[in-house]
Amino acid sequence: MRTAPHRDRGVIAPADWRRGRVRWGAGAAQTALLAVLVIVGLGPMLWLAKSAVTPTQDTLREPLALWPNGIDLANLSEAWTRVEIDQYFFNTVALAAGAWAVQLLVAATGGYALAVLRPRYGKVLSGIVLATLFVPSVVLLVPLYLTVLDPPLLGTSLLNSFWAVWLPAGANAFNVLLMQRFFAGLPKEIFEAARVDGAGPYRLFWSIVLPMSRPIIGVVSVFAVIASWKDFLWPMLVLPDPALQPLSVRLPALQRFVELDVFLAALAISTLIPVALFLVFQRMFLSSAGLGGAIKG
Amino acid sequence: MATTRTDPGRIAARAEPRSAARPGRRGPRRSGGLHTLVFLLPMLLIFAVFSWLPIGRAIVMSFQQTNLVTDPVFVGLENFQTVLADPLLATAVQNTLYFALLALLFGYPIPLVAALLMSEVRRMRGLFSALAYLPVVIPPVVAVLLWKVFYDPGEEGVFNTLLGHVGLGPYAWLQDADIAMPALVLEATWAAAGGTVIIYLAALTGVDPSLYEAAEIDGAGIWRKIWHITLPQLRGVLLITFILQIIGTAQVFLEPFLFTDGGPANSTVTVLLLIYRYAFTNSLGGDYGAATALSLMLALVLAVFSALYFRLTRSWSTS
Repeated sequence: MRTAPHRDRGVIAPADWRRGRVRWGAGAAQTALLAVLVIVGLGPMLWLAKSAVTPTQDTLREPLALWPNGIDLANLSEAWTRVEIDQYFFNTVALAAGAWAVQLLVAATGGYALAVLRPRYGKVLSGIVLATLFVPSVVLLVPLYLTVLDPPLLGTSLLNSFWAVWLPAGANAFNVLLMQRFFAGLPKEIFEAARVDGAGPYRLFWSIVLPMSRPIIGVVSVFAVIASWKDFLWPMLVLPDPALQPLSVRLPALQRFVELDVFLAALAISTLIPVALFLVFQRMFLSSAGLGGAIKG
Repeated sequence: MATTRTDPGRIAARAEPRSAARPGRRGPRRSGGLHTLVFLLPMLLIFAVFSWLPIGRAIVMSFQQTNLVTDPVFVGLENFQTVLADPLLATAVQNTLYFALLALLFGYPIPLVAALLMSEVRRMRGLFSALAYLPVVIPPVVAVLLWKVFYDPGEEGVFNTLLGHVGLGPYAWLQDADIAMPALVLEATWAAAGGTVIIYLAALTGVDPSLYEAAEIDGAGIWRKIWHITLPQLRGVLLITFILQIIGTAQVFLEPFLFTDGGPANSTVTVLLLIYRYAFTNSLGGDYGAATALSLMLALVLAVFSALYFRLTRSWSTS
């Protein structure tokens, strides 16, 4: 990973910043940008938060009223219990947790074998793993669905099983690439020293490589959880049983038979966890978004 | 380590001639042993079953008649003919191209301008990027359903109220075949722009400040610095975000599926929606052959387009 050089200047020269016209122009443009960002980035979320605790009639009659007539906190509890958002919420969490575990297992062990143990066939193997990056996911949609219906070796359909979401999530070449590159960048002397001290490949992996790789494990974890939370089409296909569906799949169906205010409360609850995660791990999110762009290229 | 205490045993172990223990070793140890296989096992199993086999299966299936009930039969190019003869295909291709074009018009310049402005921010830059990234964090399904409420066709809909203040509307938005697609693209752009802004911001911090200083010595103003230094320096990133956006928008599914389900009057049927319909909403049982045939054709078109694109842009860079 390349760390950006520290910059104390941009396009505008420090001398220019002292000129009144530049200062005012840039300041005005930035203030305007901030206003737009607040309206566009934060506005819809604030509207959702407000409407989640507003009676349906108020939202319908005056959608843009800053302060609602009545506050209806019961929306949230009704969404949670009667509409059973709690169940879909826990399904979402379980799906994300399993997908995270499988992705981390596959990427960490595979990346370790390819970057540190380096078998003779390693180059060929990473080649065919990385080649899958160039296959658009749409090509996999139908054959993967049929694989889940009748998986090899297992003999039983994975339909309506969380495994149908967890296992395919592991086949992510991007994760393997990230881990492999990070492991390959770790200082070789440490591996040698550990080997000399008698550490086998398992010990080396568990006690040396993994503890040194917290940053990349964090990045892959964020990617995994967010991707799973966002996923819609695949869980919809392989989890037709509503009792097993995550929020993303269930919400569109709920819209048809739930009142608007309770529905908006359900949407607000579904947004809570990702936004909270983002606020807590902001730095990691933003740096991995930049990283994702850098490596995809 | 804080202390420099050394362990005599370790030193002894290090002092031992290692090359004698492993003769013929060149560079770091290369092993093809059992332990390596144990570590590779999860990756091999998962990729074989859920990636490599399905990719191979896709190619085989596109030449087969498969419906899960009877055994698959090879039918040659029949699936491709069925797809190409479908009158809806031309509509789907047109709509997908229209979506991609609008997404470029809306979504390509805006993040660049925003990132350029944000990189000049002195204080609270974190606040700017957090605000820009917030829509990306909202789960896409929630975003679409929320915007569906915003697009309420009634006079009291959120967007119609807003536009009503300046004397426009009310618009039927998703129910109007002419503006349904732009409405979809608007939401998709809102949902994705933040990610692109962050990518551009990361690229902007990589621009060497001495380039600007050199240009200033030559008397270049702000706009000329942007045109002659910043944009050429961002060229690589700009080229990649362009092709990634094309590849992404060619596979758009969520917005047309949830907002309009292809309507009104098929004005938002995209290629991916057509693939989905072939496979999963056919009342006669899924036409998996046609679905994979169409998805392979889409992948092929994208591959050819990307290859041409990279060839073309490479020749630009050398000229």
